Amino acid sequence: MSFIEDTITALATPPGFGAISVIRVSGEASIAAVDNIFIGKRKLSVAKSHTVHYGKIFNSDEMIDDVLVTIFKAPNSYTGEDSVEISTHGNPLIAKTILELLTKNNVRLAEPGEFTKRAFLNNRLDLSQAEAVADVISSHTEASLRGARNQLNGLLSLKVDELRSLLLNAASFVELELDFAEEDVEFIGKKDLLARIDNILAEINTLLSTYSFGRILRDGVNVALVGVPNVGKSSLLNYLLKESRAIVSEIPGTTRDIIREEVSIDGFLFKLFDTAGLRFSKDPVELEGINRSREAIQSADIVLFINDVEQDFDQLLYNDVLKLNKKSKIITLLNKIDKGYKGDKKYDLTLSALTGEGIDILLKSLKNSALINSNYSEKTAVVSNLRHYQCLTKCQEDLSKARESTSNNMSGEFISVDLRNAINSLGEIIGEVTSEDVLNNIFTKFCIGK
Amino acid sequence: MKYDVLVIGGGHAGLEAAHAAAVMGCFTALVTMDKHAVGRMSCNPAIGGTAKGHLVREVDALGGIMGKLADKTGIQFRMLNKSKGPAVWSPRCQSDRKLYSEAAFELISSTPNLEIIEDSVIEIIAEGNIIKGVRTSRENEIQCTTLVLSSGTFLNGLMHTGLKSTQGGRFGELPSIGITESLHKLGFESARLKTGTPPRLKKSSIHFDDLEYQPGDQNPQPFSHFTDRSNFPFLDQVPCHITYTDREVHKILEKGFKESPMFTGIIKGTGPRYCPSIEDKIVRFADKERHQLFLEPEGLDSDLIYVNGFSTSLPANIQIEALHKIKGLEDCELVRPGYAVEYDFFPPQQVDLTLETKLINGLYFAGQINGTSGYEEAAAQGLVAGINAAAKVKGLPEFVLKRSEAYIGVLIDDLVVKSTEEPYRMFTSRAEHRLLLRQDNADRRLFLYGNRYGLIPSDSLEKISEDESLINNSINLFNNLKLHARVVNSFLENKGLSEIDSTETISKLCKRPELSIKEVIGLINDKDPMIGTLLQNEKALEQVEIELKYEGYIKRQYEMVERMEKYESAKIPLTLNYHNVKALSTEGREKLNKVKPRSLGQASRISGVTPSDISILLVYLKN
Ligand SMILES: Nc1nc2c(ncn2[C@@H]2O[C@H](COP(=O)(O)OP(=O)(O)OP(=O)(O)O)[C@@H](O)[C@H]2O)c(=O)[nH]1
Ligand SMILES: [Mg+2]
Repeated sequence: MSFIEDTITALATPPGFGAISVIRVSGEASIAAVDNIFIGKRKLSVAKSHTVHYGKIFNSDEMIDDVLVTIFKAPNSYTGEDSVEISTHGNPLIAKTILELLTKNNVRLAEPGEFTKRAFLNNRLDLSQAEAVADVISSHTEASLRGARNQLNGLLSLKVDELRSLLLNAASFVELELDFAEEDVEFIGKKDLLARIDNILAEINTLLSTYSFGRILRDGVNVALVGVPNVGKSSLLNYLLKESRAIVSEIPGTTRDIIREEVSIDGFLFKLFDTAGLRFSKDPVELEGINRSREAIQSADIVLFINDVEQDFDQLLYNDVLKLNKKSKIITLLNKIDKGYKGDKKYDLTLSALTGEGIDILLKSLKNSALINSNYSEKTAVVSNLRHYQCLTKCQEDLSKARESTSNNMSGEFISVDLRNAINSLGEIIGEVTSEDVLNNIFTKFCIGK
Repeated sequence: MKYDVLVIGGGHAGLEAAHAAAVMGCFTALVTMDKHAVGRMSCNPAIGGTAKGHLVREVDALGGIMGKLADKTGIQFRMLNKSKGPAVWSPRCQSDRKLYSEAAFELISSTPNLEIIEDSVIEIIAEGNIIKGVRTSRENEIQCTTLVLSSGTFLNGLMHTGLKSTQGGRFGELPSIGITESLHKLGFESARLKTGTPPRLKKSSIHFDDLEYQPGDQNPQPFSHFTDRSNFPFLDQVPCHITYTDREVHKILEKGFKESPMFTGIIKGTGPRYCPSIEDKIVRFADKERHQLFLEPEGLDSDLIYVNGFSTSLPANIQIEALHKIKGLEDCELVRPGYAVEYDFFPPQQVDLTLETKLINGLYFAGQINGTSGYEEAAAQGLVAGINAAAKVKGLPEFVLKRSEAYIGVLIDDLVVKSTEEPYRMFTSRAEHRLLLRQDNADRRLFLYGNRYGLIPSDSLEKISEDESLINNSINLFNNLKLHARVVNSFLENKGLSEIDSTETISKLCKRPELSIKEVIGLINDKDPMIGTLLQNEKALEQVEIELKYEGYIKRQYEMVERMEKYESAKIPLTLNYHNVKALSTEGREKLNKVKPRSLGQASRISGVTPSDISILLVYLKN
């Protein structure tokens, strides 16, 4: 007996921004699945075990990344199954996109500890190792949605719970007519049922649209670095990028045109705009640069208003910036604190782009601002996890089928098949999977019993 | 003297158990307090209904007797849910209560290998963990190899009407005292349940002419696969009548609430939510203007009417005062007031899927003792317990049906895995594979098992296998056989249906809700001889039609069964000590230890057992 027939995938390296990310795929379909999205010198299906292949990952016509692909054939792999490892550039967006592509090719996301579990089931591990696996599996579930009540997930589980009870109500109406046809209770009409299904479908679609591949992750958060010349805007940009992208010099007015760079912080994409220092100037080139800075400030989700310890806070300039964007989006920064400074309450944050002191706090507040500045109010549930996204997509499919059966005047037991699946799909997100719910709901809501 | 199989209780569970064991060739005895009360309907005089009708069909397809008795004594047959799809059609009949009991006695007393002992059991005797027999009030001890306990609502039965309570399991019948206590001594746990009955009225005192009535079907269908349809139904057919309570009636009933054993807390057992008493309905659904009542005849010669929907334990004077305000019942005579009965049951996690108790080898529980309600649920369990008890004696393999095979499988799995807090009743919505478990294919699903245990004759099985190949071959043929537009379109046009382009398979045409398979076959010019055979076999034709019409849905259900099958067939040894499985969640471990599931599938249905617990078990079992 084998429980292992499907193919699974997951990120093998820690999530986030590293030099490379490794995506692992294991199972019968692994090589074929990667072949579907990979273009290299030759097909992976003809490649030998333990060989490495250079090529590109494509999403239909769009090139995603240059990658190295390593093939391991059963039984000589970690899991004992056919496996593929894809090494990509260490950008969480790329990894997420590739994982998504794989899930469209007969591959599903692995559960925590599942690679190791397979390794064990295929006799690649001994018992003590296996017991460690069990611990891994259980500790991961503890940390899953129910436990980890961070704000985003808390809202999502509330929302899913609400949708699930709406669905239970709809399903109860359908079941009522099947099991209690002889009772003196009112049954649901086709129109009413369709309206209920449509309502839930609309909500599911809204949820799906919040998936962080939505605005924040897809488009990123715009951050403008502004301030008078020479306060260290470019230096900060370089520090965040971990490379010398912008020219830095002690001459004020070094940056003339806007420098645009992307950086990922804990899975959120930030677009940084290093601007020309704002000041009165007669130099036409510099003036043009300053004009562009204004545009960048206007379209920014976050404005980092930077000053350094050597100059006084420029209230006039700050007022100008305020005219271009909302106060809530502006973070005031005091740079060069390595040069010595006496605590200054005017600034939200103080740091040094030279030594890195205070940068961690900046990163944290960037992330928070990303959430607050995104389109979602704090009351909106947001889908940020791919597994949740998949469950919701499944639920959406189930509901569409139920909708179709209803419009085709099918009897309730056929509609019920998909309504129940939809309920289960939502239940998987929040870990609720009892089958008694529909009956319980009927007994509380309807007067049953001759 | 030692019996192979001893059955305690002559209700619907006991009858099936004793009959099956005897037919399987075991030396069997049925112990009942009153042999003329066997098969007595203590609740309403009806068999079947939604999901229950499915159970009767399944019991019949396994060689049980309930369907045959119901056919013999039915005075109104109806197929419920006829307007819905075939999976939820459910047969139901009104029975002549007296004739049913008589027919049951006749059948049981003429069954070879089966003795009836009139006596009452006061103790269950085991040695170590092996059943030995029972002690009765008349004889000293009856010995047995296996024992099926199916004592209904009699265990410490207590009947309530108003604040008065009387000991007894059924009106006018004594309770069983002593059995519960001896089971406690053996280590079993019991709890209390409650059920209610409505008043019985004198038929001649009711003004039926003023009431709506509900007749049986024009073309009644029998329950049993073996009933001769040529002169069915056998008895005169009679209607039921319908009337309603109103606000005034509710007001009168409310006057009695201070003397209600339910509201005053005298009754401790939990009643069924799907069958609440009239007082419960008034309280819980206060805004409902009226409640529907069915006046069911108790028999052709009987002068009793059963007021279905008016189950109550209010004082008798309140019952009659309220009834007199109901249309048609203005002058009714109360022959017997409604009452509630409380009784002991043994939470069914204590039995295995064979219905053998986990504590005592050779001891089986069936029926209300396991917390179910209803004759059909009882019969289904009785049959399974009887077969398993006999199989144990004969050294045959255990008989366990899967959830994907039968409602009986769903019933027992639910009981064993989830236990129950209220009397358990079957509903079609409990069966996740509902589209596959139809009343019309019970024989296709179960004859094989019935035959394996000697309860279904081989020629019946052969007939069904022939049908099976006819059905499958026909479907294959229809999937490939295409009709031309020129043959089909004028017909479609006449019916006002959309026309086809060039050709279409028979299967695809059959999927159109407006077309019957007979119409579509009628369009075939050059008929394969197999089609002729099919047309002469109504039963097979119906199966082909259902499978073609609902093909997409049915296929998806089969896929679901297949996905689950891996977990269902992953066995867990009953001896597994869950305390040794380290990483299990605390709640999961507790529940697993209590239920001791047989398979991973079963384990996954236990509430409190998480998907990660299942993964961990899977890893652990690999050792
Ligand atoms: N000690 C110290 N020096 C810094 C720090 N940040 C920047 N500097 C120095 O300050 C000078 C100006 O830095 P830039 O990053 O070019 O400043 P800018 O704001 O981009 O200037 P413009 O592009 O001319 O507007 C350089 O000499 C940097 O080395 C810091 O945190 N500490
Ligand atoms: Mg600069």
